[in-house]
Amino acid sequence: MASIPWLSFLVFFPLVAAVLLALLPKSAERSVRLWATLAAAIEFAVSLPLWWRVIPGAPGFQFEESLPWIPVIGARYHIGVDGVSGLLALLTTFMTLIAILGSWTAVEKRSKEFYALVLALQAGMLGTFFCLDLLLFYVFWEAMLIPMYLLIGVWGGQRRIYAAVKFFLYTMAGSVLMLVAILWLWQLQKATNGVPSFDLATYYALAISPDKQLWLFLAFAIAFAIKVPMFPVHTWLPDAHVEAPTTGSVILAAVLLKMGTYGFLRFAMPMFPNALIVCAPWIAWIAIIGIVYGALVAMVQPDLKKLVAYSSVSHMGFCMLGLMALNSQGLAGSTMTMLNHGVSTGALFLLVGVIYERRHTRAIADFGGLWKIIPVFSVIFLIVTLSSIGLPGTNGFIGEFLVLLGAFKTSVAWAAVASTGVILSACYMLWMFQRVVFGPVTHEENRRLGDLTIRERLVFAPLLVLIFWMGVAPQPFLDRMQPSLDRVLALVKERAVASATAAGVAPPAGLVVSPTAVATPEGEARR
Amino acid sequence: MNIVPQPNFLPVDWWALGAILALTVGTLVLLLMEFIPPRPNGNRGALVALATLGVSAYAIWNVRFDKRSLFEGMFVHDGLTVFFTLLFCAIGVVAVLFSWDYAKRTKMGQPEYYALLLCSIMGMIVMAGSNDLITIFLGLELMSLALYVMVGFRRNLLESNEAALKYFLLGAFASGFLLYGIALLYGGTGTTNLARIGDFLGDTPIGTNPLVLVGSLLVLTGFLFKVAAVPFHMWTPDAYQGAPTSVTGFMSAGAKAAGFAALLRIVMRALPTMQHDWAPLLAVIAMLTMTVGNVTALLQTNLKRMLAYSSIAHAGYILVALVAGGNEGYGAAVFYLAVYSFMNLGAFALMTMLGKGTDEPVLISDLAGVGFKKPLAGLALTLFMISLGGIPPTAGFMGKILVFNAAVKAGLIWPLVIVGVLNSVVSVFYYLRVTVAMYMREPEGEPVAWSWNVPGVVAVLITAGLTIYFGLQSQGLWIEAQRSVLGLL
Repeated sequence: MASIPWLSFLVFFPLVAAVLLALLPKSAERSVRLWATLAAAIEFAVSLPLWWRVIPGAPGFQFEESLPWIPVIGARYHIGVDGVSGLLALLTTFMTLIAILGSWTAVEKRSKEFYALVLALQAGMLGTFFCLDLLLFYVFWEAMLIPMYLLIGVWGGQRRIYAAVKFFLYTMAGSVLMLVAILWLWQLQKATNGVPSFDLATYYALAISPDKQLWLFLAFAIAFAIKVPMFPVHTWLPDAHVEAPTTGSVILAAVLLKMGTYGFLRFAMPMFPNALIVCAPWIAWIAIIGIVYGALVAMVQPDLKKLVAYSSVSHMGFCMLGLMALNSQGLAGSTMTMLNHGVSTGALFLLVGVIYERRHTRAIADFGGLWKIIPVFSVIFLIVTLSSIGLPGTNGFIGEFLVLLGAFKTSVAWAAVASTGVILSACYMLWMFQRVVFGPVTHEENRRLGDLTIRERLVFAPLLVLIFWMGVAPQPFLDRMQPSLDRVLALVKERAVASATAAGVAPPAGLVVSPTAVATPEGEARR
Repeated sequence: MNIVPQPNFLPVDWWALGAILALTVGTLVLLLMEFIPPRPNGNRGALVALATLGVSAYAIWNVRFDKRSLFEGMFVHDGLTVFFTLLFCAIGVVAVLFSWDYAKRTKMGQPEYYALLLCSIMGMIVMAGSNDLITIFLGLELMSLALYVMVGFRRNLLESNEAALKYFLLGAFASGFLLYGIALLYGGTGTTNLARIGDFLGDTPIGTNPLVLVGSLLVLTGFLFKVAAVPFHMWTPDAYQGAPTSVTGFMSAGAKAAGFAALLRIVMRALPTMQHDWAPLLAVIAMLTMTVGNVTALLQTNLKRMLAYSSIAHAGYILVALVAGGNEGYGAAVFYLAVYSFMNLGAFALMTMLGKGTDEPVLISDLAGVGFKKPLAGLALTLFMISLGGIPPTAGFMGKILVFNAAVKAGLIWPLVIVGVLNSVVSVFYYLRVTVAMYMREPEGEPVAWSWNVPGVVAVLITAGLTIYFGLQSQGLWIEAQRSVLGLL
């Protein structure tokens, strides 16, 4: 299998499948969901070896493919995988399959185009996770917007056009500045090494003076922060989530938001370490504001989807906080939270989709007393809710605990304020759960609700397995991501010192690098 | 004034002039063809035009690696000439293809239409290949006069007449500026030959010679009129909206490319110091052009008018490349012109097929529901809009990258590049409106009718293919574009 371009297959198989789906005759509208599920299942099956074939701790990237693309400007088709991108790619293929399976009855019109776009989106997302070339990254990053834009705009709710355009423009506005930064870097790289290149590895080795780094870092950080989304540029997210069809919401929450944090981890942090160290406290505080703000706003939402959307803002705040802690626990917690959030929030959106399909409303006030009527749904909803809160034993706990641990090591104040987010999340989730599921049946229409069908149970079963697996035995996940994360930290430290030395300024103090170094007083010194 | 071949007039020179010669013959044939009564369903005008363009391209292709200076250095055959001649021939072929049915449908299928089209392409080629201010002016007038007539070709339509008159008056005004500038440059340097002007001026800044200063300013103004840069853009929306759609498409690509081709040669060859002296001025014009074009386009409900403002904005992007200068900047401008031509022609090719008979739906809202009713048309128009918006993986994105890359290299990040990229975000908003209409709105009443025809579809396929191809693999075009600006004669 080594001779077959495995990663390329993963990236382009969904695209080919999308084209084939689009070419199906009109009469195939009904069978198209089967074909789409089949394609997503094949994709997931082929991606499964990412779990065991990507060797944790192997240096650099694995299964690299590197072909010249536009040699005159040094752009290459260079893709590869490491522990973090491997896990995120698995999340992508898994959640896409779940999302497609979960939408079998939800898409009533133009299902052919719908599934083709979902698969094209998957190709874009995998390309973004795998690429190791800045130009290629930018191409995937922006090209990905188009299918998502259409998914929201065509199959969305009432204000879908507003939401779709807003989604597109926000992301685009952030990323054009990143494009300028990429071009500036390209010029610097060419001037330094004499050869044009967009290859990420050359940029990992490029010394950039700290004052320049600040601007470059900001350009990248704004692009990624919009995608995460961080407070105060999160406003596109509630709109997009509420208006998107269930499948779109699930993919948006599960994977697209991770692009932002992944971008920090892969690009912004290792490339501009000095700027990162300067900005980290600021970003951390913004993340903390996001955690608390997202939670508070979530609490007062009358709409289930909007509530889950704001809870995403809060959870992604934890991801960012973990990254900015700049230590091993923080990064691991952040990556765990990315995966957890993907699974839990994806599941929440699916659950909301289930009742929306039956009742065509998402207002919390329209429900109540569901426990007696649809017990299976309610139990699953309970488990997912608890996992989203971060109850020990579920996946949510591990991620948030590690993030808070990492934040605590860097600054007690960060951890203290961020912890309130955990409490608030319990408030808004449980209150919502109480209003929807417990109590008397307030609406007669709800008495006729049907419980989960076999297909829906099949969709939720693997999600529940994952919730408990990651909650009880997270070590296999942590083992896979840890070496890659340590490498990021090592890069940050090495490059911070190298860039500072090259520029003739004192290297930044107080970086915690490896798990063994965690206990050193450096963490204390930072406070 | 001996135009009989000199002893040193080699066969290669005949080939180099082949495009112009072929176009002359083609134009004359088309005009004389009227004496033979046409067959009722034939389209011999278009066929002759296609054949002529084919021969022209073939002649130039044969000698694409040669460099010749002809007519005492008034016309040169070099990389820039070859690149633009081939581009103009391609633009012409696509324009003939989408005019094929449209011209017949809207009752303007006379051979004169194609004769004028060839005539204006000839003007464009002369502009790109001229190494002398006089021949540049000649080419410009040849192109413009033909275009004035073409804009007013639907002579029963009031807005077509209005457009032609406006275009003519403002165009003549611009020609006046240009001619006056040429006269002053001649007064200041004693020659109209670009190379000799360049030699005469050497490294002296333009400001030291008032005649040259004012002259080059006026020449610049004349060209800024032609390429529709702010504040000389006023004619564009009206001319674009009123002209027959096929003519709008043709001139939005061809006239702009020709204007920039001549401007590029003047800037590179005659006034190399101008780039340095006037970069700030041009930068301001570029920013204004991008911003005014894009912001005004936001408000348009008419697709043609929107694309007119979009074409103004694109002139702004190309000016960014011009401000950046250097091989990379000029190469990026050439590259951008090529990809802009294809994506814009593609959009207009689709528009020529909208509607039945003489009826022409041109409102963006007319496109409601097209995306799912006519999936391929929707897909193609989406592609062109995405490309015009500079979103990967399309040619427009690569063009944007190269233009801004050159500007970044020239150290123009703030404010030029930042304004430029933010403008591209603004532009995405109105390009998306087209996709919103096509995919996200249901038609009120009857969905829009289409006049499908094979040549029009071929035009769309060619342009769509190139838009995707240059988006995925721009290596070849980028090398050619850079080569074209190297080693000018």
